[in-house]
Amino acid sequence: MSGSFTGRPVLDPRLAPPFPTAALPVLRNPQLRKNVAHATDVIQSKRARLVAEKTDWQQLRTAAAAIRSHALNHLGEYLEEFEARCNAAGGTVHWASDAAEARSIILELLRQEQASEVIKIKTMTSAEIQLNPALEAAGIHAHETDLAELILQLGEDEPSHIVVPALHVNRSQVREIFARRMGLEGLPDDPPALAAAARNYLRQKFLTIPTAISGANFLIAETGSVAIVESEGNGRMCLTLPRTLITLTGIEKVLPRFQDLEVMLQLLARSATGERMSPYTSLWTGVTPGDGPERFHVVLLDNGRSSILARPTERQTLRCIRCAACLNTCPVYRLTGGHAYGSVYPGPIGAILTPQLMHMKYAQSLPFASSLCGACYEACPVKIDIPKVLLELRSQVVNQERVQAARFGDPMFIGMKAAHRIFSGARRFRAAQWLGRFALRLFTRRDGWIHSLPGLGAKWTQTRDLRGLPSQSFRQWWAARGKEDR
Amino acid sequence: MRASLFITCYNDTLFPETGRAVVRLLERLGVELDFHPQQTCCGQMHANTGFRPEAFSQAKRFMGLYRNAETVVIPSSSCVAMIRDQYPGLFEELGDQALRREFAALLPRVYELSEFLIDRLGVDDVGAYFPHRVTYHASCHSLRGLHVGDRPMRLLSKVRGLELVPLENMDRCCGFGGTFSIKNAEVSSAMLVAKLQEVLSTRAEYCTALDNSCLMHLGGAMHRQYAAMRTIHLAQILCATEAAPPEEAE
Repeated sequence: MSGSFTGRPVLDPRLAPPFPTAALPVLRNPQLRKNVAHATDVIQSKRARLVAEKTDWQQLRTAAAAIRSHALNHLGEYLEEFEARCNAAGGTVHWASDAAEARSIILELLRQEQASEVIKIKTMTSAEIQLNPALEAAGIHAHETDLAELILQLGEDEPSHIVVPALHVNRSQVREIFARRMGLEGLPDDPPALAAAARNYLRQKFLTIPTAISGANFLIAETGSVAIVESEGNGRMCLTLPRTLITLTGIEKVLPRFQDLEVMLQLLARSATGERMSPYTSLWTGVTPGDGPERFHVVLLDNGRSSILARPTERQTLRCIRCAACLNTCPVYRLTGGHAYGSVYPGPIGAILTPQLMHMKYAQSLPFASSLCGACYEACPVKIDIPKVLLELRSQVVNQERVQAARFGDPMFIGMKAAHRIFSGARRFRAAQWLGRFALRLFTRRDGWIHSLPGLGAKWTQTRDLRGLPSQSFRQWWAARGKEDR
Repeated sequence: MRASLFITCYNDTLFPETGRAVVRLLERLGVELDFHPQQTCCGQMHANTGFRPEAFSQAKRFMGLYRNAETVVIPSSSCVAMIRDQYPGLFEELGDQALRREFAALLPRVYELSEFLIDRLGVDDVGAYFPHRVTYHASCHSLRGLHVGDRPMRLLSKVRGLELVPLENMDRCCGFGGTFSIKNAEVSSAMLVAKLQEVLSTRAEYCTALDNSCLMHLGGAMHRQYAAMRTIHLAQILCATEAAPPEEAE
């Protein structure tokens, strides 16, 4: 419990409330808004400085987009290459078509290990497949070891950012959570003391729990390697100390060549945390006797990704390298934080990824959770045209509405259809202008402004006035002017 | 030079003074204007809200009216961005090859107002006089859609008497976003409040932009909050002279 919310945030798109509703608790919480704005401002300014020093930033973006597109266009081949190399190096590759299959593969592996506890690092994908509840149900306790994830787990909270999951929690809240859950009553709230408390707590887990679950930043087809970047070193503990390591990753994470990391790692560190290089870059290939885990499994998760791959406009969604630059720059995310998106993937990328992973059955308010300002596209290191994909998804949502009976009661739907008829002919348009002027006059005050409107209009007038309609449209002025001239 | 004016549906209905300013400004610069009475909307509202077939028909309507135009001038960067960025995809989806070819031929002749002045007419001093403190809001579509760059600033810097006040975080969205302002009214309003704080802290008399849509959003909040600042479209500043100060709204 972070103390900031009315309840634990829901990050399951099937259960989460629609975005406009889910955004309200944060909009009404000044402390939370301050935490999010401050954190995004800090990352943004660090990123801006480091992007500015790269004279070839735009070329790097172009190269990265090309690498990721190429990998996706040949995804099957590269995944098979990865599988062959990884298996040859002593790893074991498993394929999971959906969340349920991935969960059962992981549970079976853990059963073979007779694990009652696991340590976890850097795996949003595990939240995507709702792994922790499944583990708990099977009697296996999962310990998050990323510092931010640990704070959230102990605080019974949920991540609100892709790179900085506890971005919405401030230091005094962290102190409160640690003091309560670690039994450290007199814990001061200075960063070294908090870090020391977390270190003591986590070291004990690292040294005693022999099974780990990780995510992956990149898979390398050419070598069968896996790469993870992180800031704390806790990931490296998880990746090296346990006897058995299970890596869960989306199928889209593959890069063709080892050399491609050169481009991707430069962009990722600068975009994600505003650093030239991530403090820890771990790269490993299969297993090495006497060094690191003895058993290594990779679970390759599809879970809707191949259907995204099949669609030409949406395919670019899968280029994402989870840097969260789009979140930090997004004027919507900066105000709502991540929980409003009802998914482990928040922000602009979440607004396009989540509905697609849900096969457009859930999270249908997310494609509309954007003013289409384009800041995300400008920031994206792999040039995902997020506004374009948002528009495509909006169109799909509306096409679903077209065949639903509920559309007859939806004022927005009716309004849009009516507007279309109005715009379809100049005579109708003129009539609508005349009618609008007449109708709005009822609401227009003596100062010429409208302060309050009924229905959908109230959504506007709750915070803004609207100037009353002028008595003469431009086209009327133009027509009258033409007559005078003659 | 001849140019066809696409005034846009909301300027026509809500901001006719902007349209009149465009006409007076361009005629003063020697442009011969025509206005096609059959014009309505570019289709942006429908396209951005997910009503793509409806947007198709607006796009086709636009092409039908302007395919032979010498030049099209549009005093709204978001409508130009709709035409430039979304029409190609719409026509491609329609699979109408003739329409695609016609559009490709027309596109280089479609200008946003500041582009038309600087790129087509080659002027940055339009002889305007506007003795006021003004701040400029870079609308998202002008900035990231059209990449108008410093064109509006160049025009404003040549206006006599005008004091240009820089705006912090000029590139951040005002939160309008068309139907976003209705569908996500609370988020949109929070974005507006954040933007308005920065706009008002310039202590300018006027906030200007290339888009009346952003200005309607900002201006609506200014009026609600009894702010002393007013909004004004760039065309109205550029049209103003010592002899003819800008026309205020009714």
